[in-house]
Amino acid sequence: MSPRILHIARNTFREAVRDRVLYNLIAFALLLSGAAIFVGQISIDIERLVVVNLGLTAVSLFGVVIAIFIGIGLVSKEIEKRTLYTVLSRPVRRWEFIVGKFFGLAGTLVVNTFFMAIGVFGALLYVAHKFSRPDALILVALYFIVLEFLIICSLALLFSSFSSPLLSAVFAFSLFVIGSFADDLRGFAAMAHGATRWFATGAAYLVPNFSALNVISAVAHEQPMGGQLILQNTLYALFYTAMALSGAVLIFERRNLK
Amino acid sequence: MAAIEILGLEKTYMVGFWRKRPKRALLPLHLTVEEGEIFGFLGPNGAGKTTTLKMLMGLVFPTAGTARILGRDWTDPEVKAQIGFLPEQPYFYDYLTAHELLNYYGQLSGVPAKDRKRRVEEVLESVGLTDIKGVQLRKFSKGMLQRAGIAQAILHNPKLVFFDEPMSGLDPLGRREVRDLMVRLKQEGKTVFFSTHILSDAEALCDRVAIIYKGALRGVGAVEDLTATVQGKVEVIWHGTQIPASLKALGAECHVTGDTVSAVIPESQQDAAIDALRRERIRLIALTPLRTSLEAYFVEKLQNSPDGTGKTLGTAV
Repeated sequence: MSPRILHIARNTFREAVRDRVLYNLIAFALLLSGAAIFVGQISIDIERLVVVNLGLTAVSLFGVVIAIFIGIGLVSKEIEKRTLYTVLSRPVRRWEFIVGKFFGLAGTLVVNTFFMAIGVFGALLYVAHKFSRPDALILVALYFIVLEFLIICSLALLFSSFSSPLLSAVFAFSLFVIGSFADDLRGFAAMAHGATRWFATGAAYLVPNFSALNVISAVAHEQPMGGQLILQNTLYALFYTAMALSGAVLIFERRNLK
Repeated sequence: MAAIEILGLEKTYMVGFWRKRPKRALLPLHLTVEEGEIFGFLGPNGAGKTTTLKMLMGLVFPTAGTARILGRDWTDPEVKAQIGFLPEQPYFYDYLTAHELLNYYGQLSGVPAKDRKRRVEEVLESVGLTDIKGVQLRKFSKGMLQRAGIAQAILHNPKLVFFDEPMSGLDPLGRREVRDLMVRLKQEGKTVFFSTHILSDAEALCDRVAIIYKGALRGVGAVEDLTATVQGKVEVIWHGTQIPASLKALGAECHVTGDTVSAVIPESQQDAAIDALRRERIRLIALTPLRTSLEAYFVEKLQNSPDGTGKTLGTAV
């Protein structure tokens, strides 16, 4: 990897860490984990199920909010504030800037997920008093959540490369919601006829399939995860991320920074 | 070797929401800046100075034309390792301290890690930013930000420095320090290309200047050469208190001081004035061309430009 990408990623990470809103979101996520403990205590015999469900959902949702919140401003804010001028007037390629920004945000989310995951495991230990073998599956769910973040980061960057922060947020959040129901969209496409079928099928495969990455409920119910699913989801997320990032680079390479 | 060769760069923006129409920000520009000179790029606000600089930095793509910087194609990324750029009204990552910012830019410019810390301290001191360790840029005044901007532009010891309105936001002392810095850069053999609409700065500093107005180049050359073209007046000084009638007839304004008289006349009538003095057997002491300020040249160029009315000059110059 080019050292410049690493420097840009590190600076992006530093910006996120110094952003106070980020801490608020993390605090809120930890609060939700606390709520999971409370709800778990009043849910007789299903404490673990409630804690895992609520805790992982909190990790996922707040991670998505952080990814969108920071991601949409990564490029547009730099253009608006003209901080980009003194970066791109150095021997930095535009694609290096985009990729560096992506890794910086992705790194931020991985670190956040790590700390939030500690909160989830802490809550689980509090209600169950010990870890059991199926709890290892939580790590798989967390891994899929991170993959989800990678896709959202790349989409937020893609929108940020040509749109305003507000519109980028609307686009990214809409895609997140639609993508969360991608399986339903595919089911609808299979049942539809004529042009609707073509349109629905196209849309179903174009939007990110977040429902395939959501195994929170399965993990809460201690259902086993196959290696094939992990491999498939990994390849899918990496491919989708690469495509979205390529789109961001293609747009940004041609953009006039007025 | 020329430091900058601009070969017909031009820029047209499409403006409007529904019905897009072209707006020419820069007409084909041809300009050469020699190595080691301080070159002033002058023009009122909106003349096309910043557009030109942004194109040279690769921030805006030209509609047509090309350029060579330090003998290489301007799109060559390696060229950027040898140039420094201060944008107009710079804004930096305000969550960083000046040391962190310069360290980051040093990394991006490829300044070796072993030299970076020393170099950061050097340039901060050279722009007068001391005692600011640990202070985030969000707490900097406008003048301090400008100084930080100049520091980042010279951090990696570039051969060519582009400054866009470098005196903006600086107090008189700060402006003087920046002027001294530019002279120092020239003495170190660097080329300085700076845009400004403050003509006194350009007149005091520049080896050569170019004047741009409404996207078109109106004049380029050494300050003395440019101002010489619009002088047209000479000062004649002679001994005695006598004022020949034929000299008065030329419309000369005469002033008697002690035992000398001085008169300012059009350059075209200097021979007639000398003849008049000879006829009266008056001893000529001096005949000096009057140097007109760059401002006068600038105003004349703008007023005489094809579409220039000079109406905006009061605020622009």
